[in-house]
Amino acid sequence: MSASDQPHEHNQDSCRRYLSSLSEYADGTLSAELCEELEAHMAICENCRIVVNTLTRTVSLYRQIPAPKMPSAVKERLYKVLHLEAYIPPGPDAPDQPGQ
Amino acid sequence: MPHSSDDDLVARLQAGDQSAYAQLVEENAGKIYRLALRMMGNETDAEDVLQETFLSAFRSIDRFEARSSLSTWLYRIASNAALMRLRRKEPEQVSVDEPLERDDGEMIPRQFFDFCCLPEDDLLREEARAEMMHAVEELPATLRSVFVLRDIEGLSTEETAEALDLSISAVKSRLMRARLRLREQLSAYFSHGPLISEAG
Ligand SMILES: [Zn+2]
Repeated sequence: MSASDQPHEHNQDSCRRYLSSLSEYADGTLSAELCEELEAHMAICENCRIVVNTLTRTVSLYRQIPAPKMPSAVKERLYKVLHLEAYIPPGPDAPDQPGQ
Repeated sequence: MPHSSDDDLVARLQAGDQSAYAQLVEENAGKIYRLALRMMGNETDAEDVLQETFLSAFRSIDRFEARSSLSTWLYRIASNAALMRLRRKEPEQVSVDEPLERDDGEMIPRQFFDFCCLPEDDLLREEARAEMMHAVEELPATLRSVFVLRDIEGLSTEETAEALDLSISAVKSRLMRARLRLREQLSAYFSHGPLISEAG
């Protein structure tokens, strides 16, 4: 049977085999052998190519999201609960600005 | 593996030095709060987890053995506290068991919209960021904890394994599943193109 002209149906059987490798591939920690195999597959499979690219992009986007800061009131309450009031550091930024 | 930079602080902590306690809090409260916030999804619960973490750390500092770093140790206490709370709130979602095998089908990609080349400004605008964090909150807690520590907080695979008391292979497999789910969600979101800026 010929699979020569696959419609743009994702051929799950062949692609599924690579699924568990994609995350490590994105981290660059996949073994050289599997890496080669996957890259050969990606050369002929657009879907897997897209999945790898968007997976990598997903991780890089999350790494770029600025970290939420702990509100200074939360910090103060923490020090109080721990009986460390005497050590509450003077915030690097001005005390809470109301409004804004 | 010993963490020599911690040695001095650990000695002072175990000797009951108040300023050492303050230093431990000062150096770690921010990241513990971030983990708690990502895990719990709201500030009130995050604050509870934060306080619980340090209270519990202070109580058990005598038993700290420097097999991990202080910060990994705190991450571990905090993740346990968060998971415990979540288990109370959503018991069906936070199984203690390895959530593998059962849903192979869930990992199979269905979205093939290539959002890689959208302008970074669009990908990271506020609405998109909110959507991204919402997607993290939707992950099952056992996947969420791995993703948050590994990909958001930037811990190594080994540190994540230590913090969550998981094997390396469990971390890798949960990370993979978390990432594939998030990729799916983001692909769906970006393919609707609600964010293509109108004003250039
Ligand atoms: Zn494929």
